[in-house]
Amino acid sequence: MFEVISNDILAPNLHRMVIRAPRIAPVRRPGQFVIVRVGRGDERIPLTIGDADPAVGTITLFIQAIGASTRKIVAIPAGGSILDVAGPLGKPTHLANWKRVACIGGGVGTAVLFPLVKALAATESQITTIIGGRSSQYVILADELAALSETLLITTEDGSLGRKGFVTAELSELIADPLRTPDAVFAIGPVPMMRAIAELTRPHGIETIVSLNPIMIDGTGMCGGCRVVVDGESKFACVDGPEFDGHLVDFAGLSDRLTTYRDQEAALCHAANECKLTTGVAHV
Amino acid sequence: MCNNLTAKERLAIDRVHMPELDAELRSRNFEEVNQGLAREEAVREAQRCIQCKTRPCVEGCPVGVSIPEFIDALAAEKLPKAARILQGDNALPAVCGRVCPQESQCEARCVRGVKGEAVAIGYLERFVADWAMTNADKLRSEPLPTGTGKKVAVVGCGPAGLTAAGELARKGHTVTIFEALHDTGGVLRYGIPEFRLPKEIIDVEVDRLLALGVEIECNVIIGKTMTLDQLREQFDAVFIANGAGLPVMLNMPGENLKGVYSANEFLTRVNLMEAGCNPNSPTPIIKGNSVAVIGGGNTAMDCVRTARRLGAERAMIIYRRSEAEMPARIEEIRHAKEEGVEFVMLTAPLEIIGDDKGWTAALSCEKMELGQSDESGRRKPVPVANSRYEVPVDVVVNAIGTRSNPLLTATAPDLALNKWGNIVSDEQGATSIPGVFAGGDIVRGGATVILAMGDGKQAAAAIHGFLSGAA
Ligand SMILES: Cc1cc2nc3c(=O)[nH]c(=O)nc-3n(C[C@H](O)[C@H](O)[C@H](O)COP(=O)(O)OP(=O)(O)OC[C@H]3O[C@@H](n4cnc5c(N)ncnc54)[C@H](O)[C@@H]3O)c2cc1C
Ligand SMILES: Cc1cc2nc3c(=O)[nH]c(=O)nc-3n(C[C@H](O)[C@H](O)[C@H](O)COP(=O)(O)OP(=O)(O)OC[C@H]3O[C@@H](n4cnc5c(N)ncnc54)[C@H](O)[C@@H]3O)c2cc1C
Ligand code: SF4
Ligand code: FES
Repeated sequence: MFEVISNDILAPNLHRMVIRAPRIAPVRRPGQFVIVRVGRGDERIPLTIGDADPAVGTITLFIQAIGASTRKIVAIPAGGSILDVAGPLGKPTHLANWKRVACIGGGVGTAVLFPLVKALAATESQITTIIGGRSSQYVILADELAALSETLLITTEDGSLGRKGFVTAELSELIADPLRTPDAVFAIGPVPMMRAIAELTRPHGIETIVSLNPIMIDGTGMCGGCRVVVDGESKFACVDGPEFDGHLVDFAGLSDRLTTYRDQEAALCHAANECKLTTGVAHV
Repeated sequence: MCNNLTAKERLAIDRVHMPELDAELRSRNFEEVNQGLAREEAVREAQRCIQCKTRPCVEGCPVGVSIPEFIDALAAEKLPKAARILQGDNALPAVCGRVCPQESQCEARCVRGVKGEAVAIGYLERFVADWAMTNADKLRSEPLPTGTGKKVAVVGCGPAGLTAAGELARKGHTVTIFEALHDTGGVLRYGIPEFRLPKEIIDVEVDRLLALGVEIECNVIIGKTMTLDQLREQFDAVFIANGAGLPVMLNMPGENLKGVYSANEFLTRVNLMEAGCNPNSPTPIIKGNSVAVIGGGNTAMDCVRTARRLGAERAMIIYRRSEAEMPARIEEIRHAKEEGVEFVMLTAPLEIIGDDKGWTAALSCEKMELGQSDESGRRKPVPVANSRYEVPVDVVVNAIGTRSNPLLTATAPDLALNKWGNIVSDEQGATSIPGVFAGGDIVRGGATVILAMGDGKQAAAAIHGFLSGAA
């Protein structure tokens, strides 16, 4: 049993949960994830380790409640517990000494970006962080990321905070300015966003690393369910990734595989009759 | 001999038949197919054994179960004695009585098989083991050994790890099993379906280990959560039994279409996560109406029979050699056929064809014929010219095999591996690192339950020697 120490709501349907996981906290590195299963019979859900405190043996997860299983996770209050937390899984982020690096997060991807920015902040790199959300209430971790970055840029689709538009607009400007062009870009967020960023950097030959989120079961390379095509070869995201060279990823294939269970998940969601309760407005 | 039948009378008894669920009914549910023998049937079958002095059957058993002895006790209806003999030699008899390929092991050597049918050793093993489970109160509980103060870590909770843990605990060592998944049993739980091996049987066996003081910590991935080096620091010896869980890809076009599964994913979803067999399971699965399973081993049979149970109207085995070469157990092949599985032999898959939405729509295949024998002694399949054709399917399951998972070995550079990535160990299971032993599929590549258990037993003996010597 893994105790939930705290559970706060950062944005509508987006929770930050601190969980006691004494074996995982001291060994996890940025870029790695855990697999969580709330109780008997539940699904195994991969979640990035957002932060960790090895001294007290806790890890932090940022969870966007999008379906039946993630809703069940975020419904656990502080003091409650999770049956299974396995990890750390996946390869840690490969950090090089880049001169200038841009870190881009969209939606919950911003949370997944957080441990990476934290790790990069400890290197010599100059970091520009760009985060985006639908509107101001979906922009998360702005203060934390600002403290770690040289520059923090925010975009919202409705213009309620920062620049109106998408993260790609800020990135284009950055690339266009020879004094600010990054020599590496990390992009974490929805598949279409990562794909757009990879297309943007490709002509400039800027190294672009994306963190992929295919459907996983074991997370240890056993089932092959998380396969994605990278440079024409099937890779298992749970062991070979989840971070890959964005210029080599078959994003169309990934998007397509992610729709495999869409109808079944929707049915499950309706069966649980929870949709109305948790979507739309922030629940406090 | 405890019962007074003459040899002639014994020889006159016909081999028993295992009662089975009706094929049509069972092909739509997950209930256990083999129903087990009734007591009278088991005793009568036991009386067929002529108690050979030379014990050829025992030689055919990878763990050397005292077969004539336990059968003799059963024939005399001394069930507690039969159970004690069996459990003394085999840590998981109820499992082996269900999944061992007896026809190519003990029963293949049985003297009675020379002129007629072998004694149904597997059925008898299952009968005695099941009796022991439901009559645990009639059996003396095992005395707990005095502790030696030595600590052993076991990596992996499959048959090899479970066996080694039991043996070591009985010698008084403190044993902790670390398992990557959230549940015990390894392939027994996530691979072999409920209709061949009910999960309660694994639970009972695991409970026996817990009663011996063995600790099991799930969700610990050695190589990630802890390294082998850390285990070596914290324990006096380590036994690695992490299996061969890494799917071999088909490497053909269309492999990443929706509806294409590796056997491990397909079976894990159903067996470990209860998708499709428990209506309350939140785990989804694409059930398929027309399913092609590629391969001819036990794994392929399990997948195809599972597909039928999930509702497939058409479920096919696609195998590039002929039925005679299929490595699956004969009983599984027969059961699959009875359940309406189509056997498409001498056929090799070439490509999986998708529809415009990225879903599996057809399997393109080519007919084969058997040519010259290859190194394995089997005749090599060669394509028949211009024989390409398409079968409409909506799910394809790849059951062509597994390789060793590198998670642990990649983080243990001192551990010697062979060219396939399997851990190299000697007869006793000792690896290139002192105090580190290994066995089961991680050493052999995909093998069998009983061989994995045999390795666990061997290694436990070697570890005991190592720890005693070190004392
Ligand atoms: C390595 C990795 C790290 C991840 N880290 C985080 C994290 O830190 N925080 C977080 O909130 N989420 C993270 N995810 C995504 C998270 O695992 C999924 O959102 C979750 O599995 C969905 O489960 P569900 O049952 O609640 O939703 P479902 O009911 O399964 O899905 C609802 C909808 O989301 C889609 N979907 C299903 N699985 C995924 C997926 N893996 N990614 C995107 N969409 C999906 C479905 O097609 C469906 O339309 C990560 C995924 C991976 C593979
Ligand atoms: C579908 C299927 C059907 C089969 N049918 C039969 C049959 O009928 N008869 C028969 O005799 N054999 C059968 N086999 C083969 C048999 O199951 C295997 O040979 C046997 O299970 C191997 O045992 P093992 O203990 O070596 O490994 P496994 O059973 O594979 O167990 C290994 C365990 O280690 C865990 N693990 C892996 N990596 C790590 C790590 N890094 N840290 C911690 N834990 C880890 C795994 O999660 C797993 O639980 C079948 C196999 C399959 C896949
Ligand atoms: S070989 Fe057959 S008949 Fe002989 S002892 Fe073994 S089981 Fe009995
Ligand atoms: S999740 Fe099973 S192989 Fe990656």
